[in-house]
Amino acid sequence: MSTVEPSPTPAPAETPPHRHHGPVVRVRVPERSLASELRAIKIVWRREIIRYLSDRLRIVTTLVQPLLFLFVLGSGLQKLASSGTHGVDLKTFIYPGILAISVLFTAMFSAASIVWDREFGFLREMMVAPVRRSSIVIGKCLGGASVAGLQGVIVLCLAGVVHVPYNPVMILEILALQLLLAFAVTAFGVMLAVRIKQMQSFMGVMQMVVTPMFFISGALFPSSGLPAWLTVLNRIDPLTYAVDPIRRIVFSHLNISPLARAALDPGIHWWGYRVPTLVEAAVIVAIGAVMLGVAIWEFSATE
Amino acid sequence: MSLTAASSVHEPITGPAITVTDLVKTYGEVRAVRGVNFEVATGEVFGFLGPNGAGKSTTINMLCTLAKPTSGHATVAGHDVVAERDEVRRNIGLVFQDPTLDGYLTAAQNLKLHAELYGVQSDLVRPRMQQVMEMVGLWERRDGVVGTFSGGMRRRLEIARGLMHSPRVLFLDEPTIGLDPQTRRSIWSYIRELKEREEITIFMTTHYMDEAEWCDRIAIMDHGEIVALDTPEALKAAVGKDRVTISTDDDEQAIVALREQFGVEAQHSEGAVVFRVPSGEEFVPRLFAEFRMGIRSVAISRPTLDDVFMSYTGTTIRDAEEDTSKHRNRVMMQMMNRR
Repeated sequence: MSTVEPSPTPAPAETPPHRHHGPVVRVRVPERSLASELRAIKIVWRREIIRYLSDRLRIVTTLVQPLLFLFVLGSGLQKLASSGTHGVDLKTFIYPGILAISVLFTAMFSAASIVWDREFGFLREMMVAPVRRSSIVIGKCLGGASVAGLQGVIVLCLAGVVHVPYNPVMILEILALQLLLAFAVTAFGVMLAVRIKQMQSFMGVMQMVVTPMFFISGALFPSSGLPAWLTVLNRIDPLTYAVDPIRRIVFSHLNISPLARAALDPGIHWWGYRVPTLVEAAVIVAIGAVMLGVAIWEFSATE
Repeated sequence: MSLTAASSVHEPITGPAITVTDLVKTYGEVRAVRGVNFEVATGEVFGFLGPNGAGKSTTINMLCTLAKPTSGHATVAGHDVVAERDEVRRNIGLVFQDPTLDGYLTAAQNLKLHAELYGVQSDLVRPRMQQVMEMVGLWERRDGVVGTFSGGMRRRLEIARGLMHSPRVLFLDEPTIGLDPQTRRSIWSYIRELKEREEITIFMTTHYMDEAEWCDRIAIMDHGEIVALDTPEALKAAVGKDRVTISTDDDEQAIVALREQFGVEAQHSEGAVVFRVPSGEEFVPRLFAEFRMGIRSVAISRPTLDDVFMSYTGTTIRDAEEDTSKHRNRVMMQMMNRR
């Protein structure tokens, strides 16, 4: 009946053999400082990169959806769309949108790992370390941005396939925008992840948020001449302000007719004002900063 | 104590390792910890014993700065757990109930990451790592990916990691839960070795009675309160009586008969009738000779911590766990609603 055996002294045979009994190495934990916070940011960032590089399956799976849209939808609708694209390959038109959404998907996956880490406890190890919670969040967002940037590079490599020239300036500009977008999306994802504790619910919410964002953003259609309701939604969708400048940059390096340019790259207008690239980038930065702030605030408040 | 000159970098330890004063934690209307008071001396192995849901983990979380006390105070390594959170964190090591290793990384990478997170001087990382990994017998497996480790190996690695930064106080929350008896024993021998070698205070929770025997002192916690606190020997001596367990055809009647015939207060416990008498060997022959009911089996045992627990809480730890599981669910619901 006994609930537990009376405690035996461990049998000598089971006692681990005494290994070398040299002097005890004592270490000292320094006081918290800016350097320790930067180090914590680096650690979280690097862990994100290691995990991305070791998870090849994830690299492939997050590419599948964007590439399906690019090649299957782009090729499949080519004939139907030919009257409106003024001789431009539909794939070329969709490509800037794909550059944006591949980053969107990857960054969301990065944010999901915070839920994953919580489920598997690792998050707790970081939460009790003598570092600020904000360092963990910033490291996470930078990590997510870097990973998404790497994924963006893979998609950038496909430029030639869709008749876009490999122009170094264009590539750098696009990369910069992708990093901004990735940072903002990761911050948004982390903000959600702090509240949602289960992986399944997080994935569900993510689908519910990401899919409409992607469809409304104008990744797959020009953002002019839309029905009024869709125009409103399009201008509200943050992703719009990443897709539009990327498309403008790509199109500025294409040799196409003015008619095609006007139809396919109309730009985003606020009450008649054409929003310039820098303002669009600023919108992304502002949204990212707000999301980051909320994420840090929430994360610091969790016990 | 084997200390080197290097230990002089630590400020001298004065006063107790942990002090807790009127500590309270409530989740909504549920009072998980209801005003506990205790002190843990430097160098002590202090055990927190109680059923799941008694408030042990909540207390440990407050001491580790993971949860804010609703009221009351606590200091760890001389620092207040609320006002000097970072100071506390620098001085404590933690081994959680649930694994918190990164399964994607190797054992050595996990420890290195921890050392970096705590800012351990880089030239000391490797010797310290070797030392703590050798202690738990994992040095040869340092390049193995943690995801491939068994549960016992992971727990050992967590203990090694918790020691990487030479904490003054090591918190072990159910360090042996879910492990086989042999691994449990080896973990205990690490803990004892550790106590011999390093200047460290160990605070642990457990609901294994046999493990509590290993502690210098134990506190028994039940329903958020400390009901007893002393050395295991003193606690057992205070109970003082032998425990007699009998099984009969009708336990209800047997309890009544025991009271009427012998003036003994018996209780139901885990499908048998249990009671205490000063001397079991002398009582049992009398019982067989005079008892008016048939007895199917009888067992006598010296006081154990189980008995201590029973005498303070009126129930065995197992029965207590069944009772508190409802309470615990309520606590968890409250905690989730709060978020």
